[in-house]
Amino acid sequence: MFYRESGQFKTSYKADQAILPIFQDRVAMVFMLLVAFVVIPIFANDYWLGSILVPFLVLSLAALGLNVLTGYAGQISLGTAGFMAVGAFAAFNLQIRIPEVPFLLAFVWGGLWAALVGVIFGLPSLRIKGFYLAVATLAAQFFIEWLFTHFDWFTNHSTSGVITSPPMEMFGISFDNPLNKYLLVLAIVVLFAFAVRNLVRSEIGRAWMAVRDMDIAAEALGINLMKTKLLAFGVSSFICGVSGALWAYVFLGTVEPQAFDIIRSFEILFMIVIGGLGSVAGAFLGAGFIVLLPILLNNLGTLFTGGQVSTGTIAHIEYMVFGAFIIFFLIIEPNGLARLWQTGKEKLRLWPFPY
Amino acid sequence: MDWWFFFEVVVGGLLSGVMYSLVALGFVLIFKASGVFNFAQGAMVLFAALTFVRLLEMNIPMLAALGLTMIVMVILAIAIERIVLRPLVNQDLIILFMATIGLNYFIEGMAQLVWDSDVHVLNLGIDEYAGFEIGNAFINKFDVWAALIAGVLVLILSLFFRYTVIGRALRAVADDHQAALSVGIPLRTIWIYVWSTAGLVALVAGVVWGSKLGVQFAISTVALKAIPVLIIGGFTSVPGAILGGLIVGCGEKLAEVYVGPFVGGAIENWFPYMLAMVVLMIRPQGIFGEKIIERV
Amino acid sequence: MSIKDKNTAAQSDILMNIKDISLSFGGLKALLNVNLHIKKGEILAIIGPNGAGKSSMLNVISGIYVPQKGTVEWKGKLRKKIAPHNIARMGIARTFQNIALFRGMTALENILTGRNILMKRNLFHEMFYIGKGRRQEEEHRKKVEEIIDYLEIQSIRKTPVARLPYGLQKRVELGRALALEPELLLLDEPMAGMNVEEKEDMCRFILDVNDQFGTTIVLIEHDMGVVMDISDRVAVLDYGIKIADGTPDKVRSEQKVIDAYLGVG
Repeated sequence: MFYRESGQFKTSYKADQAILPIFQDRVAMVFMLLVAFVVIPIFANDYWLGSILVPFLVLSLAALGLNVLTGYAGQISLGTAGFMAVGAFAAFNLQIRIPEVPFLLAFVWGGLWAALVGVIFGLPSLRIKGFYLAVATLAAQFFIEWLFTHFDWFTNHSTSGVITSPPMEMFGISFDNPLNKYLLVLAIVVLFAFAVRNLVRSEIGRAWMAVRDMDIAAEALGINLMKTKLLAFGVSSFICGVSGALWAYVFLGTVEPQAFDIIRSFEILFMIVIGGLGSVAGAFLGAGFIVLLPILLNNLGTLFTGGQVSTGTIAHIEYMVFGAFIIFFLIIEPNGLARLWQTGKEKLRLWPFPY
Repeated sequence: MDWWFFFEVVVGGLLSGVMYSLVALGFVLIFKASGVFNFAQGAMVLFAALTFVRLLEMNIPMLAALGLTMIVMVILAIAIERIVLRPLVNQDLIILFMATIGLNYFIEGMAQLVWDSDVHVLNLGIDEYAGFEIGNAFINKFDVWAALIAGVLVLILSLFFRYTVIGRALRAVADDHQAALSVGIPLRTIWIYVWSTAGLVALVAGVVWGSKLGVQFAISTVALKAIPVLIIGGFTSVPGAILGGLIVGCGEKLAEVYVGPFVGGAIENWFPYMLAMVVLMIRPQGIFGEKIIERV
Repeated sequence: MSIKDKNTAAQSDILMNIKDISLSFGGLKALLNVNLHIKKGEILAIIGPNGAGKSSMLNVISGIYVPQKGTVEWKGKLRKKIAPHNIARMGIARTFQNIALFRGMTALENILTGRNILMKRNLFHEMFYIGKGRRQEEEHRKKVEEIIDYLEIQSIRKTPVARLPYGLQKRVELGRALALEPELLLLDEPMAGMNVEEKEDMCRFILDVNDQFGTTIVLIEHDMGVVMDISDRVAVLDYGIKIADGTPDKVRSEQKVIDAYLGVG
């Protein structure tokens, strides 16, 4: 009843091409932003802000980055965590060597390095596709992890191989408490989500999707496959790099290269498969799912067995549930939670008529 | 340069390469028959080895345990076909690939939930540190045994492919799904056969790796080593898997011994992948793979 | 322009001139010493039995295949090997035998993608949807809406193409090729698998495009009725050799063509 576009006639293509053409969607977006920026900071406690919402947002950002590459441009990557590591270590090294650099600039620096590395490891995508490409990105994953572990220049010769992020301060505000950290991450993530949404609905996004859906036809329309794919690698890795820097600076504080291992890469791939390939909202839904599921399982375990179940057992069940959900979503709805949401909206729009 | 030492490194590399081939073989079987890159092969190796070792620990005689594990692997193959593959038939291969990543997680979780996540010692009666010398080079006896087992397995599989009805059907399916279907080869049955065979290969690989490293979670990551092996050898070729394994095993040992010390060591982890990338750039289909022709 | 006018066109009206080309794959000869020219503004049909080399010919015209022997002249200049993505820039657009739409996109987005080549890429502008990035989206949308009106697909513009029936998909694909505003439009079996009504619509669109925009059209088609009705000229291939070339009436009456189709000799 309430979700109707009838009566909302577009009188110009300009209005039809707005980022959210339907009025109710715009209202919903404003509402969500209000909740995120105002309501949550008022009501959430430090545990929720620091231990659940911050990692959720940072991982959403990584998933968003991967979704640009895999969901929109169709190039599968198993090296996401590697690109995140590049972002984190590049940002750290810039600030360690030039302490005057503001931390936001260091994040951009980290993103740029990740983009560069992403483009280099994306080069094989010009000749190979599918899981062959996945292998090339695995090479990136293992190589980057090894590089940061074995050359202590990157960790500023720290004997433990661990880096500690410098304190974050800007305009006299210190981002050292969970609330400020949350707001910082939120602002960055919203900015990127907005940018990606814009990209995918304009010329670049169409080029990416064209390459994903039918590369031969894309070429026949004059789309340069090489440039388009490498741009996807660059943009995607930039976003992953920034999220890696956030992971190190905002969430963990102290980081070793193993924080960005292949398991993290898989985790982010799972997020976009479950959330929805080729969807901005999907990155958030998927990240929410993956972050909350272990917490839910833990609580259920405690609830039903009174804490008798070992954490190991819960971890194994978690593996199985993740695996099962991946398969489930691929079978039932390859476009993930976001697509289910879309279908729901379409039904709502037509309600009470089935068609 | 100490040539005896070089010889020792090469032989050691080749022998450990055979062990990679063993894991890669499981991938090739499934890829050949269904075009699916089965990321869960490593988890199957873990599951098979864990099942086998836990049955042994229950004082079940070795042959009976082997037989029981085989049955379990066949049941697993049937379940996979029924639950995962059948609903995804005709989907993009990349979707199937991701489904096997999910399967990988599921089986890893299940293996450790049903059994446990401790390290189990698997003793086949071969001392893994014993060896013999050729000239001044020390050759590990266990590795030679592993190589022999792998060799026998490859021989059996080749004969199976060539001379049995099922083997012929498998080859037909591998060549052309539609054509195979149209002459009445039941695709689903074939898939069950293939996944079962891959399960048995996983068992052999699991037993060999398990007795070398101990049966533990880590052996499922051996599959990650098999991926570059496949790229180098070609996804569709049994001899390719063998040769690829030898190249990777030998290459990574040589690199580790002669290059490693200059760059901080432990390059074994990524060296095979870099090698695979080079092969991909030069010859995307691998050494033995069939050339991929795209029609406009 | 009547057919007669076109046939007496001057040399400068020749858009593409293919001289004595041969093309083979491995040992298989797909085309053998074929000569063919394409005149500005005509509808040229290439026909022939299965395996006659029609698709190879189309791929030579579009520049995807480079013949081993012979030359291709485009607007009077020798054409060398070109990167596939530069073909469109020369003014050549095509549709595919098996529909090659972007299945994850809507009809509108598919056709808009045809305009990509005419847009200027600016990461920053597009990221924030400002300045030139925004203006060009809006400008090209207008042009695309014209095509949508023209092809009478207004009601499906926001439908994902994967959900459209076959005939409409073919129409969207034509729209996508038209969005490039090509000089030469190549249609690979535009009517394959269509019912009579859909075929009639498609014929109308092809004739209209040719008439209104003066677009030169080369098409491959199996439906002889259609071919004879809409083409200005027909070239017949058989076993990689051109056996006839002329107006539909002339070609229809040639013995060699009849033999080829009836499988004699």
